[in-house]
Amino acid sequence: MYISHLWEWQCLCCCINLVPLSPPSLPPSLPPSGIIAKELSSLEQEIQELRASGTTLSSEPEFEMADIMYFCRRGMESIVDDEVTKRFSAQELESWNLLTRSNYNARHISLRLSVLWGLGLFIRYGFLLPLRVTLAASGIGLLVVLTTIVGFLPSGWTYLSEKIHLMSYRICVRSLTAIITYHNSENKPKNGGICVANHTTPIDVIILANDGCYSMVGQIHGGLIGVVQRAMVKSSPHIWFERSEVKDRHLVAKRLSNHVADKTKHPILIFPEGTCINNTSVMMFKKGSFEIGCTVYPVAIKYDPRFGDAFWNSSKFGMVNYLLRMMSSWAVVCSVWYLPPMSREEGEDAVQFANRVKAAIATQGGLVDLLWDGGLKRGKVKNTFKEEQQKLYSKVLVGDQEDQGEDRPQEAEEEEGDQNEDRPLEDYTPRPLEDYTLRLLEHCSLRLQGEEEERGSETPMRVGVPLLPGY
Amino acid sequence: MGSTNSTLSKIPNVEELVQETGFTPAHIVRLYDRFEALDKEKTGHLRPQDFGAINRLAINPIGDRIIGAFFSPGQETVDFHSFVRILAHFRPADKKRPKDPSMPEPVNSRTSKLKFAFQLYDQDKDGKISRAELLQVLRSMLEMQVTEEQLESIADRTIQEADLDTDDAISFEEFRKSLEKVNIDHKMSIRFLR
Repeated sequence: MYISHLWEWQCLCCCINLVPLSPPSLPPSLPPSGIIAKELSSLEQEIQELRASGTTLSSEPEFEMADIMYFCRRGMESIVDDEVTKRFSAQELESWNLLTRSNYNARHISLRLSVLWGLGLFIRYGFLLPLRVTLAASGIGLLVVLTTIVGFLPSGWTYLSEKIHLMSYRICVRSLTAIITYHNSENKPKNGGICVANHTTPIDVIILANDGCYSMVGQIHGGLIGVVQRAMVKSSPHIWFERSEVKDRHLVAKRLSNHVADKTKHPILIFPEGTCINNTSVMMFKKGSFEIGCTVYPVAIKYDPRFGDAFWNSSKFGMVNYLLRMMSSWAVVCSVWYLPPMSREEGEDAVQFANRVKAAIATQGGLVDLLWDGGLKRGKVKNTFKEEQQKLYSKVLVGDQEDQGEDRPQEAEEEEGDQNEDRPLEDYTPRPLEDYTLRLLEHCSLRLQGEEEERGSETPMRVGVPLLPGY
Repeated sequence: MGSTNSTLSKIPNVEELVQETGFTPAHIVRLYDRFEALDKEKTGHLRPQDFGAINRLAINPIGDRIIGAFFSPGQETVDFHSFVRILAHFRPADKKRPKDPSMPEPVNSRTSKLKFAFQLYDQDKDGKISRAELLQVLRSMLEMQVTEEQLESIADRTIQEADLDTDDAISFEEFRKSLEKVNIDHKMSIRFLR
């Protein structure tokens, strides 16, 4: 009873804090990790522990029947909760923010809290939602009408078109009650560059476009969105692709290069993850936009989950449903950090450059930097990772027995040692990874990617359309 | 109030599950959410492909065996009850339970955990781990990192050490004996937070 009382006060305090007086300018701390307590020890440590309590007499590592338990437990843990799958569902909160959709626990909600919740419900659905929907409709309507009008004017009127875009986005932002704090505006993207950001929701576009003019990249849709897209392109040079053109990487790259070469055009806005992630981590950046060779302006966007979860779970909700949920949350509070511009350095290939940018964004936004591909939402992982696990285990078993003259596959370890000097690993900022194995896999996969680059082959994991915001 | 009670009411026979497995209702709700997340086609059952979609499991050397442990022989789908029952093996043991010989063995006792691990080796369920089965496990854990001769010598050595009645296979009792000093509860348990 005392505990539930405490929890109740926690929720109330959270609600009182709803009005942000000055959002923090420091990057937020990492989100809590998952529903099970994961052991942070590595494969080697665990197997040694198994050995220590087992029946081996000699100090030489040998296979033990109990070794299977390590793998078994890891397997079961991943069935219950794994790093990747949980990035594609909404982040959980430590205390409740009075939205039914965020209530995950079987916690008892007292009468007092229920009354507050009912009041909140009334305010959100009866008052805020209609207001916001009206605002949104007028914002979009104005955007379409005014950009069409400006399209008829001669091309010297870019100033006017910029103002119109900014105004409509401002109205849209108000309609979501988005409270945005922009940090380091001196690093704002300039013409002739590419702006990359982590992707959580389609609203990211509106949030960034509220503060500056960008050229968007995307696939042209039918319906209402198509109408908006066609209107927007009349007054300002956005890059919309037909569905058929999307598969042609070279065409896409060419159009982008042409766009950045023209210094009068606005910077391109791209989300290299390719899909929406739930704002607790940053997943693999697709390398296409980093190959073009122009300045990259990284931007980190972090939403405050207490006011409403901004993540768009595209398998669960359609677009309209999602927008309604957004408009019936308390607010959308986020921080946008403009990071200093980066360019590809000498001897660095597109993948390493992409990882460097990703690390910078993750550090600034307080997100976990993951190696995994966002496309894993829909696809499967490669076999090479399984081989790495096997390698690790075999090292524990036979790794120290060099004097027995067996021909072990020596090149695995030696290759790792050589490649270390080539790759500028020290450029990477230390990442808050939770698993030693992941760190090793990352290092190995970088090496693998490097090898494949040299051979000039293209594997399905990296080819794709890297440039379109994931809808 | 809220989504949890509605989730609880969606699950049939919750009390039975709680009794049998020892999970709290909150844990069962979590597992149900996880079950639904894995069951992408919303059929109410999981198939081996649904497990295969978990990346960490796919790179686990014995991932296929772990998946196989969920499916009874001949069955191609697993429903939520069986899912929870298998996972219950990995609940930390209840320290305060009185040793009552008339009651059935709880599913997360040391013996049950050992049996689970035994079954990972013993795929044909004849009650013994034969040399061939041991080799298979070694092969999946080590694959191309060691030669075939090394694998065979490791298998021979292991059977020599554990096989007490020299029938060239390891029975459950021999398995249990060779692992008597291992802290099974610690190694085969998953601790649920909250």
